[in-house]
Amino acid sequence: MLRRVLFPAVATLLLLPLAGCGKKTESASAAAASSAGTAAGQMIYRIGNGSEPQDLDPQIVTGVPEHRILIALFEGLLTENPKDLSPEPGVAEKWDISADGRVYTFHLRADAKWSDGTPITATTFVRSYQRMLTPALAAEYAYMLHHAVNARAYNEGKLTDFSQVGFKALDDRRLQVTLESPVPFLLKILASHYSWYPVPIHVLEKHGALARKGTAWTRAENIVSNGPFVVKDWKPQQVLVAARNPHYWDKARIRLDEVHFFPVENQDTEEKMFRTGQLDITYELPLAKIDTYRKEFPDTLRLDPYLGVYFYRFNVTRPPLNDKRVRRALSLAIDRERLVKNVVRGGQSPAYAVSYPGTAGYAPRAKLAGTVEEAKQLLAAAGFPEGKGFPKIDLLYNTSQNHRIIAEAIQQMWKRTLNIDVGLRNEEWKVFLDSQDTKSFDLQRAGWIADYLDPHVFLDLWTSHSLNNDTGWSHAGYDRLFDQALKAKNDAERYEIYQQMDAILVDELPVMPIYHYTSVRALSPRVKGWYPTLLDNHPFKSIYLEPAK
Amino acid sequence: MLRFITSRFLQSLLALFLVISATFFMVRFVPGGPFTAEKAVTPEILRNLEAHYGLDKPLWRQYLDYLGSLAQGDLGPSFKYPNRTVNEIIGDKLPVSAELGLLSLGVALVIGITLGTLAAVRRNTWIDYVASSFGMIGISIPTFVVGPLLVLGVAIHLGWLNASGWYTSADRILPALVLGIAYAAPISRLTRGGMLEILHQDFIRTARAKGASEFRVVTRHALRGGLLPVVSYLGPAVAGILTGSFVIETIFQIPGIGREFVNSAFNRDYTLVLGTVILYAVLIMALNLVVDVVQAWMNPKVRLEG
Repeated sequence: MLRRVLFPAVATLLLLPLAGCGKKTESASAAAASSAGTAAGQMIYRIGNGSEPQDLDPQIVTGVPEHRILIALFEGLLTENPKDLSPEPGVAEKWDISADGRVYTFHLRADAKWSDGTPITATTFVRSYQRMLTPALAAEYAYMLHHAVNARAYNEGKLTDFSQVGFKALDDRRLQVTLESPVPFLLKILASHYSWYPVPIHVLEKHGALARKGTAWTRAENIVSNGPFVVKDWKPQQVLVAARNPHYWDKARIRLDEVHFFPVENQDTEEKMFRTGQLDITYELPLAKIDTYRKEFPDTLRLDPYLGVYFYRFNVTRPPLNDKRVRRALSLAIDRERLVKNVVRGGQSPAYAVSYPGTAGYAPRAKLAGTVEEAKQLLAAAGFPEGKGFPKIDLLYNTSQNHRIIAEAIQQMWKRTLNIDVGLRNEEWKVFLDSQDTKSFDLQRAGWIADYLDPHVFLDLWTSHSLNNDTGWSHAGYDRLFDQALKAKNDAERYEIYQQMDAILVDELPVMPIYHYTSVRALSPRVKGWYPTLLDNHPFKSIYLEPAK
Repeated sequence: MLRFITSRFLQSLLALFLVISATFFMVRFVPGGPFTAEKAVTPEILRNLEAHYGLDKPLWRQYLDYLGSLAQGDLGPSFKYPNRTVNEIIGDKLPVSAELGLLSLGVALVIGITLGTLAAVRRNTWIDYVASSFGMIGISIPTFVVGPLLVLGVAIHLGWLNASGWYTSADRILPALVLGIAYAAPISRLTRGGMLEILHQDFIRTARAKGASEFRVVTRHALRGGLLPVVSYLGPAVAGILTGSFVIETIFQIPGIGREFVNSAFNRDYTLVLGTVILYAVLIMALNLVVDVVQAWMNPKVRLEG
């Protein structure tokens, strides 16, 4: 009896999945080729790419993993130089800027085509930008286009006639962009940010995607793009395979045959994939592995400066943090050098100002400087001699091992130097962001990564109308300088104004800068033509692989 | 029997409705939403986003809308992955988790029942000690330790298999083994316990007295009763094993439903949270129902009491 029931049952259970294996072999082919790296003489670059891309629509996505893929698939008017990310001709082969800096005319190249062979014209760009600004699309990065005349009004639904917005197709090959006011760093945004990429209007129309997100146009079987690569296959949570675009104008420079993007969220898993040769480059590297890599695989470890700042936000609406002496005392009382060397350990540099030193030729002169003695005096002057009577405040961070160890180290430094107790509170990411929006915190851990290479990105945050300020701090003088800077005649004049803004920030300290980021990853020595860049963007034009030894 | 099954089925439907309703409202009351992001969006864009997904309607209206489309089998669009629907995501991911689950279940049953039976038959010998230690170790050491250890040994040092992925048939071996061992451990302990109890019963002594071989006594007479505790354990275990394991899927980079279930909660992907919860609830209820029926069939006492 038992044999009749149990054994067939077990046998069936064991055999069922095997029966299912047959159909899997075809999907295995991509990966089989992938694990061989340069199978059949193909040069395949395999990238660990963080989380699964939300979508491939350049006007919808917002994340870094998506950005890395979009660089391969699309190209804007301008593109980035692989070595230093400076703007280079993309779809536009040249451009003129009017004397007042408000009117840009882009001359599109004659051979600019989509991957299905459809030509790209100035109208394609105008209609792409119209879509980006369509209120119903609710594109989160639409504000990147708000520099153009009336773009904001159209985006907010206050204007319905798009012909009044500053995008005009003068003819098929000439696109005119008129700005509200001169934007000295416009070309950098155009080169580095995907919000300015064109989208294939003729394909979007077929899928009803002109004013709607979430349509099927970005699926592997439908998507058409204009960058060096096109989507060949996309298996969610497994791999996205991009192959050469035969219609790309600069295809002669592309040496890679395929790029495989692997969405690997777990750092340890990713590191193991790299070790077994499944990946050529990782998205990141567990901090705990840095020392091992330094010793055992020094030729694969990469620690490169990354244009971002790690900081703590003060809620200046709450006592005692509404007193700038207290903020200054807290900011002076920590030892950033030690923190970076012993706790963070990824080659980061201590931050003594919010702006990143060396962003497009700008380095803030104003620096947070002072001794622990001075910190103690400031705290005493604020009414808390030797920390006595200092109210209990909390430091909020999002749940993560790395943020916790940094917070604990800083908590101890404050205890030792100022004799004050700061509580630690961790919250899950979305709860944490909600607390940030509603300012339900005393001190909050934060970070900011630049979207393009200009000091503007860090100084923009602290104006009173910035949506990302979240400190409750506002300063009329700072706002005035910000507006002035945009009207500056040249970068030298503009940077001088930024110096004054950075000085205000270091004096007022709405936030306490801690360190400037590095990107930490493993890179196979076979990968050539890969250059460290401040935005951690790596255009595919220069990259190639040496044959495996 | 039919009345028993019908009443259990109706109870399950009611429970399912309660689960759906509770989940629907609970996810809404968690701070943060699908569009809460580090970079703030303007209030205008946020309003348009909410309008796009119907989140601007009153909550009760959204609830009724959701139940309406659910009745037609439509689980809605995903918030996190705008170009895919929840139905598609589940359709893509469930088969992967089910495949892994069935393989692991096979591993778990073969190892678990064999070890458990041997331990019971050879009680207090070294075989028993080895089998029992395996059970204890398997229960105590979590998969997130066993998994990386196996990867380190088999993939990195020996280089026999890929460290992770779900591309070739060979990629199935390590995850199925790790997940299988995790379930084999409790199965072996339950089998041992059940078998020990049965082996002391009168009908076993009768079988032996009639001259049946030890093998025959164990396989034909004892196992059927001895496996009862395993069967009741298998109901929820199979539901868990089929719907994927977040840990295993993360360690081995497997595109299964377990990761979607956990990540959807972190992403506040309301529709995907509900979709996966419904899937889990249906599976658990269905399998518990099956277990009840099987138990009734295996054990006359249960059947009579029922």
